[in-house]
Amino acid sequence: MGMTMTQKILAHHAGVESVTAGQLIEANVDLTLANDITGPVAIREMEKAGFDHVFDQQKIALVMDHFAPNKDIKSAQQCLECREFSKKHGIVNFFDVGEMGIEHALLPEKGLTAPGELIIGADSHTCTYGALGAFSTGVGSTDLAAGMATGKAWFKVPSAIQFVLKGRKAPWISGKDVILHIIGKIGVDGALYQSMEFTGEGVQSLSMDDRFTICNMAIEAGAKNGIFPVDQTTRNYIEGRVDRKVIEFTADEDAEYTRVIEVDLSALRPTVACPHLPENTKTTDELDRIEIQQCVIGSCTNGRIEDMRIAADILRGKHVAEGVRTIVIPATQAVYLQCIEEGLAKVFIQAGAIVSTPTCGPCLGGHMGVLAQGERSVSTTNRNFVGRMGHITSEIYLASPAVAAASAVKGYICSPEDL
Amino acid sequence: MVVKGTVFKYGDNVDTDVIIPARYLNIADAKELSTHAMEDIDAEFVKKVQPGDIIVATRNFGCGSSREHAPLVLRENQVSCVIATSFARIFYRNAINIGLPILECEEAANAIEAGDTVSIDFDTGVISNETKGESYQAAAFPPFIQNIIKAGGLLKSLRERGE
Repeated sequence: MGMTMTQKILAHHAGVESVTAGQLIEANVDLTLANDITGPVAIREMEKAGFDHVFDQQKIALVMDHFAPNKDIKSAQQCLECREFSKKHGIVNFFDVGEMGIEHALLPEKGLTAPGELIIGADSHTCTYGALGAFSTGVGSTDLAAGMATGKAWFKVPSAIQFVLKGRKAPWISGKDVILHIIGKIGVDGALYQSMEFTGEGVQSLSMDDRFTICNMAIEAGAKNGIFPVDQTTRNYIEGRVDRKVIEFTADEDAEYTRVIEVDLSALRPTVACPHLPENTKTTDELDRIEIQQCVIGSCTNGRIEDMRIAADILRGKHVAEGVRTIVIPATQAVYLQCIEEGLAKVFIQAGAIVSTPTCGPCLGGHMGVLAQGERSVSTTNRNFVGRMGHITSEIYLASPAVAAASAVKGYICSPEDL
Repeated sequence: MVVKGTVFKYGDNVDTDVIIPARYLNIADAKELSTHAMEDIDAEFVKKVQPGDIIVATRNFGCGSSREHAPLVLRENQVSCVIATSFARIFYRNAINIGLPILECEEAANAIEAGDTVSIDFDTGVISNETKGESYQAAAFPPFIQNIIKAGGLLKSLRERGE
């Protein structure tokens, strides 16, 4: 029987001809990732277990992005622990303030993730790199410690759901609307333990940034990974970033899928996820007047340059509504610089928004935009769980950069078409 | 091994943000961290939980973030087992890797109520509800996972193999 794209990558890294869904395998990893929250736990576990060296100094990434720049003394200690570990072990890809960005935007940008590779990260949104045709998945700190020490990880080979994308998306529709629509359809455990494989002629109309956003949120449907085929868009993106040999895996013609779901991109409308689950989706047309006090544009889901450009296109020459604190966070230093060079930073500031250095900050209620009791935010982030951005009575509406920016201008959640 | 305790019951999609809110993730000390377990879904949890108590929930327990702090704070509070209809996959791995027993059993997850006294035999996978006089059969772990549990976690199992 044929293999899915994910199964082929897993088989290759396990050094076997073929694998089938449900099989337990041990595979070699090409990169391990941790951040300032999960890193210290992994470091301590690794040391406690008596491992005194890492498997490969080049293949470990540590990114200080969650509570960095250090939001308080405890966070500063956690970054210090990662910094000292990196020094001690000669970790090449340690990214501190000044070089760091939000990990899942940063690693592809730096060429550390490539088609056909196997990446594990102690962060659930590690599934982002499937956009490049890699197998990548989130793990906990202990798995990560084992990965850093041995270069290996165990997996149960997943079955897959095939998403056949058709048509072209309308103006103002982006990858965020695609993935929110899908999660709304299958639910937050709709792809539990499975791969989400995105195929079909609609793929070619999706930019690299759209694909990153879509794979980023595969975990919000419970998936082990999300993955796109490799095409010219992928090759253009990695050119100049990745200089090692890459393998382009493709699913077999007779690969087995537990479900096949068609998505007509041309029929999608601006979509938001209402509190308190990413599956509570509605189109902006279906919403009553939902007033907001905050707007966050950024994160590993939507902090890339295309997201910034879309937000700026909407905010240009306008001003955010009174009482809407608008926080724009370019995901990496490169995106930040590009925002300055293209004049986007000026657009944001003139519109009454703030532009922050890269950080995960508000997405997980850490800093840089924590919500008070009863407050409501529209946000381009990925989770709207109870208390995720602050007080347990606060609310998050997940949306695309276009919807978020338009909503900031109006003061309530709306489509860019409503401006 | 048999464990026995009183049940705390929750519903679908108990996410890691409510098991341990991210605002506490700057805390490195497991004991201190564990005083905030389940705070955003059940403020009474840490006050009421006794060693050996059991958490029962329905679908997709532990969804969301990969933070290992989530199973860790439950283990620190001496929760003896989490029973659910299904687990989010990263939580599932993390629980096994750190030695927090978890069992998938839809029948038990639906039938058991808050406050019930439940005992679990990990060798047979039999879950006994002493309050209701019922018992339910959970699926056994595959041998590979049993070895990790027997060794006392993933890293110890790797050391045993001489990695």
